[in-house]
Amino acid sequence: MIHTRGLRRTFKGRRGAVEAVAGVDLDVLGGQTFGFLGPNGAGKTTTLRMLSTLLPVTSGQATVAGCDLRHEPAKVRERIGYVSQEGSSYSEVTGRRELAIQGRLYGMNRTVADKRAAELLETLELTDCGDRKTKTYSGGQKRRLDVGIGLMHLPDLLFLDEPTTGLDPQSRARMWDEVRRLRESGTTVFLTTHYLEEADALCDRIAIIDHGKIVAEGTPEELKREVAGDIVLVGPEGPTDKARDVLKGQDFIRELTEEEGDLRLYVDAGETALPQIIRLLDGAGVTLTTLSLHRPSLDDVFFRKTGRSLRETAP
Amino acid sequence: MKLLRDTWLMFVRYFLIFIGNPAWVIIGVIQPVLYLLLFAPLLKSLVHIPGFPPGGAYNVFVPGLLIQLGLFGASGVGFGLIDELRSGVIERFRVTPVSRLALLLGRAGRDLLTLLIQSLILLLLAIPFGLKPTFIGVVVMLGLVALIGLGMSSLAYAAALTLKDENSYAPLVFTLSLPLLLLSGVLLPLQLAPQWLQDIGKANPLSYAVTAARDVFNGNGGSIDVWKGLAIMAALAIVGVAIGARRFSRAIA
Repeated sequence: MIHTRGLRRTFKGRRGAVEAVAGVDLDVLGGQTFGFLGPNGAGKTTTLRMLSTLLPVTSGQATVAGCDLRHEPAKVRERIGYVSQEGSSYSEVTGRRELAIQGRLYGMNRTVADKRAAELLETLELTDCGDRKTKTYSGGQKRRLDVGIGLMHLPDLLFLDEPTTGLDPQSRARMWDEVRRLRESGTTVFLTTHYLEEADALCDRIAIIDHGKIVAEGTPEELKREVAGDIVLVGPEGPTDKARDVLKGQDFIRELTEEEGDLRLYVDAGETALPQIIRLLDGAGVTLTTLSLHRPSLDDVFFRKTGRSLRETAP
Repeated sequence: MKLLRDTWLMFVRYFLIFIGNPAWVIIGVIQPVLYLLLFAPLLKSLVHIPGFPPGGAYNVFVPGLLIQLGLFGASGVGFGLIDELRSGVIERFRVTPVSRLALLLGRAGRDLLTLLIQSLILLLLAIPFGLKPTFIGVVVMLGLVALIGLGMSSLAYAAALTLKDENSYAPLVFTLSLPLLLLSGVLLPLQLAPQWLQDIGKANPLSYAVTAARDVFNGNGGSIDVWKGLAIMAALAIVGVAIGARRFSRAIA
């Protein structure tokens, strides 16, 4: 559904050219829900805007929905839906009218567009507010309408730019159901998100972009496995130096990093590592204030791949 | 065909948005009416000054007022576009196969229609004050207003798309429209101005529209100035639409 090779985008700034996307290779298969993650400024939105024809590509190749992105943007547009981060409805127009005109712009006649709009209002549970101006909508209703607008012409591929940012937990759960329903109906979904649990829950595959390059790609399970084993967080009393010296040379610890006064240890098997860590630190006279064992989450994958935790980078 | 259909769809959309908020229509009419009520009477005492164009105060002032309506009405249209830009609507349309030119023409068409309605209201209201309209005068007048509206609102949309922000758009529009207004002879005929001011006024395309409008209202329908005014306004409209269309078709970064 999406195939890119060496996709690049440079912006000309005052201090020379900035490479926002520096050679991205992506393969998204039909029917997949694909998560695209990255810190702010990593090139996430730029990539999305290129793939949805909003931004010209500087160099590289891409086919989107079976059409060449650079040479047939008009054909790409007919086959994709795009839901931007800012939303897509105007406050002074009713939801039903927004849906209907969207259908009309894709060539539907009035009858077909009205019928499809009514259908979408029904499935998105917006029938009650369909004839009200969108300025009266709640955040969740507005976001669902945005998705409806993107789906109006039954696209093969839907781009969702941060579909749940700013939503309350209940609306977020409602949106997740919607994305799952899309997957069941066979629509390919390409979504960006700031929430790793969202990517974990919804996506078949995930790519992480940082500094304009893909730093990890795979299924959530593969990525978590790649981080390997378990994570032990060691919180010694006072400075971490002593604890670090004691643990540094140990064979069972694959990697040791430091994070806000804690030591983060990557180990193969947490259950056997814990007693060893306690014994070693005890022997060296280090007092522990906290000690915890974590199964790797996508947060850890993200941290390992980008050196940042995604929450720090969220706006 | 597609261009016409898309333009029509856009036109209907923006027209419905406009009449959904009649306050704008009322504001648009009240302003010129205030000029009519509170300023035009002053002109009556100036009519006999040497250099004042013939035809009586209202036949001199009302045509200029209509040109002003076109200028101010069109220059404000960018605010709505900025609002839509911010809510993501423009981006959404740009991902659809809609004709880029239709995005501009549909809006400009709405602006044009509202402008013509406002102009007609103003003309009717001016009759009891002493305006003596002629059929050909009204037709040419509305033609001039339509061309100004099309050109200026296209330029306003281009500016709004470039600036993307009310706080840059508003100062630009006010800074530009005031000298355009003063140098057009709308308020007082430029014939009364010193030579240097008249010379600067010649660089202002709107001054030709004002001259043409006054001429045609005072029975000189076929004068060279009328044709000149129409031709210059047509050129303004074409340039405006070309610039606006270019902005709409280019990427909004």
